[in-house]
Amino acid sequence: MKRIGDGAATRIGLIALAVIMTTLFLVIPLAGIFYQALAEGMAPFWQNLTSTFTREAIGLTLLIALLTVPINLVFGIFLAWLVTRFTFPGRRLLQTLIDIPFAVSPVVAGLLYLLLYGRTGWLGSILSEQDVQLMFAWPGMVLVTVFVTCPFVARELIPLMQAQGSAEEEAGVTLGAGGWTLFRRITLPNIRWALVYGVILTNARAIGEFGAVSVVSGSIRGETINLPLQVELLYQDYNTVGAFTSAALLAALAVVTLMIKAMLEWHTHRREKTA
Amino acid sequence: MSITVSDVSRRFGSTTALHPLSLEIKQGEMVGLLGPSGSGKTTLLRIIAGLEAPDSGSIHFGDRDVTRVHVRKRRVGFVFQHYALFRHMSVFENVAFGLRARPAGERPSNAEIRDRVQHLLERVRLDTLAKRLPAQLSGGQQQRVALARALAVEPEVLLLDEPFGALDAKVRLELRRWLRHLHEEFGFTSVFVTHDQEEALELSDRVVVMSNGRIEQIDTPQALYRAPANRFVFSFLGETNRFGGKHQNGRLQQGEAWIAMERSNIAPEEVLLRPHELMLTTAPDGRAHLPVRVDAVSPVGSDVRVELTADWMDTPWLASITHHDFDRLQPERGSELYVIPSRWHQFAPESP
Repeated sequence: MKRIGDGAATRIGLIALAVIMTTLFLVIPLAGIFYQALAEGMAPFWQNLTSTFTREAIGLTLLIALLTVPINLVFGIFLAWLVTRFTFPGRRLLQTLIDIPFAVSPVVAGLLYLLLYGRTGWLGSILSEQDVQLMFAWPGMVLVTVFVTCPFVARELIPLMQAQGSAEEEAGVTLGAGGWTLFRRITLPNIRWALVYGVILTNARAIGEFGAVSVVSGSIRGETINLPLQVELLYQDYNTVGAFTSAALLAALAVVTLMIKAMLEWHTHRREKTA
Repeated sequence: MSITVSDVSRRFGSTTALHPLSLEIKQGEMVGLLGPSGSGKTTLLRIIAGLEAPDSGSIHFGDRDVTRVHVRKRRVGFVFQHYALFRHMSVFENVAFGLRARPAGERPSNAEIRDRVQHLLERVRLDTLAKRLPAQLSGGQQQRVALARALAVEPEVLLLDEPFGALDAKVRLELRRWLRHLHEEFGFTSVFVTHDQEEALELSDRVVVMSNGRIEQIDTPQALYRAPANRFVFSFLGETNRFGGKHQNGRLQQGEAWIAMERSNIAPEEVLLRPHELMLTTAPDGRAHLPVRVDAVSPVGSDVRVELTADWMDTPWLASITHHDFDRLQPERGSELYVIPSRWHQFAPESP
């Protein structure tokens, strides 16, 4: 018997469409980045890659990711735990609020932080009296990146923890386990793959974030320029090769991240099959 | 360890899960909490365990007031409805969990843990499956792991929430018998929740029948079945046929149907009958005139179950007759027969 929609013409048509779209919108642009970066040969590419500014941009990008990921890892676990293990008034509201960073444009998020923490801002004026400057400095960039990426871990964990329920944890408590033992031996092993997945997404976004950081960075070369900002800056300086070198670096990081993600998915899939 | 529940109540938002109720469970006793879903039986069990806090009242284990004692410190064994095995741990590690979770000072050595877990697994006949993950076991095996895990910490109180609810009939019967033996051997006090009256009556020393957050009756299975305290207990404990009508001239009458009886002051307009209290005949006599039509016949088990309908009934009746009677009457679908009740029961109407 033939299944609905399973005709040779439909099949070939859909496959062709998918291939064309993927080539046009994904493969060619990605290849273009590397082509442009290497357009004038290896030497300029290497020179741009190892220049002081690029190295500093890489350093800042990694610093932001290195701070953002652990902060949101802990925050995400707490939030998911709170939302899935306790009932309290406003729980649903909180679950909706988690998504705000996804719903709000990053540029708007950056502007809000600028208004709030800027020198004349509500909190910023208090901080500047203490000689603390967050905006137009790297701490501000970390702050907005944390904001933009904070839903990733929680969003991965909440559906899973909801589906798993708290029965295993209750069983653990009746057997005499304390809170830390419970978390380490029962909760964490059950959510570890979702957690890793959430971290990968957080990391990818923290490295690639442009909109929010561009508002609060102030573009101080060698100080508040990360890789995405570096791409824009060099491009506007008519340094095409430089811009595309940094872009290629970012693209390479993205590809590596996706490969790790695919490997994990393959791994969990296999685990589920054997279990 | 005896358990004393005094005036415990619990509300969830605007619904009352438990009205203030009290219950005494003796050392070494096995008590079944029986009731339909939403009767508060699981809530009561979870309050005894400490997984839920009562709004009022107190719980004592022996002389010790445990009302404010955390679950972790109550030392109860709890078996969950869906087993709640640790899915990423082997059977062995599941059972060992309670021993490993003890504070460093009280924790047995690794060799001791191995011996005790091994012994328990032999006891539940799972020693050959020690390395498996829970997902690789059948439902009955998982339930046995859950029991072994709860028993590993040597609790004085074992609490079971619908322990056999998710298993098929044959496995359930086997596990019931096995739990009974285990209970006798270890001598712990156990309380279990069930909605299956057969299970409650077979396993328990005493049964607590609950409905709508109240205790309806506490009694031994025999007393409960023979002398139900009220209409709810009677109808919950087994199949029930109802005959409703008006009393006149020494008969309870409903249309053309009647049963001869004295007028009862408790329930003048209703009698309840068990399926085995109905006799089927080909002609009415002076005791009753109850014409019925056979709707279905199922000759399974020690007697034959016959489903009966008639215009004067509000819901179909069920009669269980002996194979001997069945062979004599040869009822089949559509046969017209008469019912003569040998016994009936009358209860005050249930307050809504």
